[in-house]
Amino acid sequence: MSETVSNTGPAATSSPAAASDNTAQQPQPASREPHRSMGQRLAGLIKRPEIGSIGGAILVFVLFYALAEPFRNLASFSTVLYQSAALGIPAVAVALLMIGGEFDLSAGVAVTASSLAASMFAAQITGNVWVGVGFALVLSLSIGALNGILLIKTGLHSFLVTLSTFLMLQGLNLAITKLVTGNVATGDISDLAGFDSAQSVFASYFNIFGMSISIMVFYWLAFVAVATWILLRTRVGNWIFAVGGQGDSARAVGVPLNKVKIGLFMGVGFAAWFVGMHLLFDYVTVQSGEGVGNELLYIAQAVVGGCLLTGGYGSAIGAAIGGFIFGMTTQGIIYAGWDPQWFMFFVGVMLLLATVFNAWIRRQVTRG
Amino acid sequence: MNIGHLRRGLATATATALIGVLSFAAPALAQSNDKQPVFALISHAAPGDTFWDIERKGAEAAADKLGARLIYAHNPAASQQATLVDNVINQKVDGIALTLSHPDAMKSAVAKANRAGIPVIGLNSGLNEWKKTGVFAYIGQDPVVAGRAYGERLNTVGAKHVLCVNHEQGNVSLARRCEGIEKGFEGKTTILYVNGQDMTSVRSRILAKLQQDPSIDYIATLGSPFAMTSLRAVRMSGRQVEVTTFDLDERVVKAIQSGKIRWAVDQQPYLQGYLAIQSLWLKATNGNVIGGGQAVLTGPAFVTKDNVAQVAEFAARGTR
Repeated sequence: MSETVSNTGPAATSSPAAASDNTAQQPQPASREPHRSMGQRLAGLIKRPEIGSIGGAILVFVLFYALAEPFRNLASFSTVLYQSAALGIPAVAVALLMIGGEFDLSAGVAVTASSLAASMFAAQITGNVWVGVGFALVLSLSIGALNGILLIKTGLHSFLVTLSTFLMLQGLNLAITKLVTGNVATGDISDLAGFDSAQSVFASYFNIFGMSISIMVFYWLAFVAVATWILLRTRVGNWIFAVGGQGDSARAVGVPLNKVKIGLFMGVGFAAWFVGMHLLFDYVTVQSGEGVGNELLYIAQAVVGGCLLTGGYGSAIGAAIGGFIFGMTTQGIIYAGWDPQWFMFFVGVMLLLATVFNAWIRRQVTRG
Repeated sequence: MNIGHLRRGLATATATALIGVLSFAAPALAQSNDKQPVFALISHAAPGDTFWDIERKGAEAAADKLGARLIYAHNPAASQQATLVDNVINQKVDGIALTLSHPDAMKSAVAKANRAGIPVIGLNSGLNEWKKTGVFAYIGQDPVVAGRAYGERLNTVGAKHVLCVNHEQGNVSLARRCEGIEKGFEGKTTILYVNGQDMTSVRSRILAKLQQDPSIDYIATLGSPFAMTSLRAVRMSGRQVEVTTFDLDERVVKAIQSGKIRWAVDQQPYLQGYLAIQSLWLKATNGNVIGGGQAVLTGPAFVTKDNVAQVAEFAARGTR
């Protein structure tokens, strides 16, 4: 993940992606389309980073569809989607960051920090939850910016920088909550002004085809769409691939490396804020110890979805599919009624299976 | 160098003498009558646990009343909890209140404290094992006993299939609560593990279990925040499932008042923390042994719609 990555490996893998993205920057990208044959287009599609994870998702889906009878109900499916979305929104931002060559271990507790901040600020200072929501947004973006600035100023690996902020935030979440509220969880804010409108924005439910679908699922899709657009259709997208693949060369050709990296960390901050607001308005109170461990799930989803741990390669759609695989697995194990003592083991096995299958498909595709 | 040392020593001696004179009214501690007594509470709590926050408040209230200082430290891993005991022994505290959820792992740490002349009292979990660990007394509620009472109560309300929601897989005392339910309950008990650090997973997994098994008619959560999330899961499933829980907090009390939650088992964590520190003080100053060799029980007490009014105001204050 460091900028000293040589020309081999990830950088080489990333260059086709970056190159094909450059073509998107041509003045008339549409005019190129008719010249590509159906086969070429299919080949282009099949070489996308997320192709392997689609295979993994189908594998997991078929497995649980066959083994777990309740998995076949639409109501169950909406639960799977909800679980995927709650973990998937930060995973999309983390995927962009990883393509840009960095890790963020603080993302899990940053979600909790955001909801705690909004709740306590609203309850103690203003009495209106929307002011708390705004305060939390500023805080989350600042935490992201701080991660980025620390990374650049210290020159340390992002693993170390964000490990430190992860530990600091974990401590601050516990200590400040205790200091402000006298308890280790925030109080009930459902009687404050603006709660109902905030709840309808961040935590409402829709009935579609008899399923109660969380608004988070739609936001998740929106996050994926925007992230994909940024990556594939904008200059910033090219920069992200470039700083992740070959940082020094990117800087040499005029890519604002520092700004891109700080921006990516702030993107994670934004996603953390978004999920934090959902947690607050759906679950009303927040325990200060929550969120620990989720940072690894976000990274895992991005990697299952085709992001390289070394940066420069990956996709937002892949991260979403990675989230979907994880959601199907954790819920599917319960639908299948497997022994609960073995739950984490099964999750591990399924992720390994999906990832090995991903890698196999990707190898088949790139060979052909 | 020596003179400086001597002078500092003299100054300290004078200061201590002064404090000693000034605080003549306060009963003297057996070990040291010239400084503020310091007690330690070492628990197996996970960070941010709401139940342990109340336990700590009780201990702090007792320490305040006694003019003592309280050191609180916690770690859910047995070896690290034992290390915390070593730390406070080295700090030469006047007494240690220690949870015994990993009784065997605490034996050597307790022996070390006893050798150093520091009294250790067991609290919370460890009803069956406290005597062999070397602590002089025990205050608490055994999770198996509480679970069994819980199971027996499920029998009386005609429950058929209870889902025991454990929010921390691998936690000994939580596992024993589910075990106790299994022993006392004549119907079927199913255990579900959820990630207590992530509420979305708690709700999704409970909802999934309700969708998977239509015979579940009661939910037993092992901590109060998870009871509230269970209520949401039940509502989303559209099923008729009663929610019950171990431990209390303000929202659970309100939910009991409005009839949404059938009952909560209260083991009075505030009382456990308070009595533990008070008993250490009595042991140190007057050689008293609380319980006189027997365990002192603080639960299980059931809080239902009928008696919830008695605890409501204290729960709102964050001490029940």
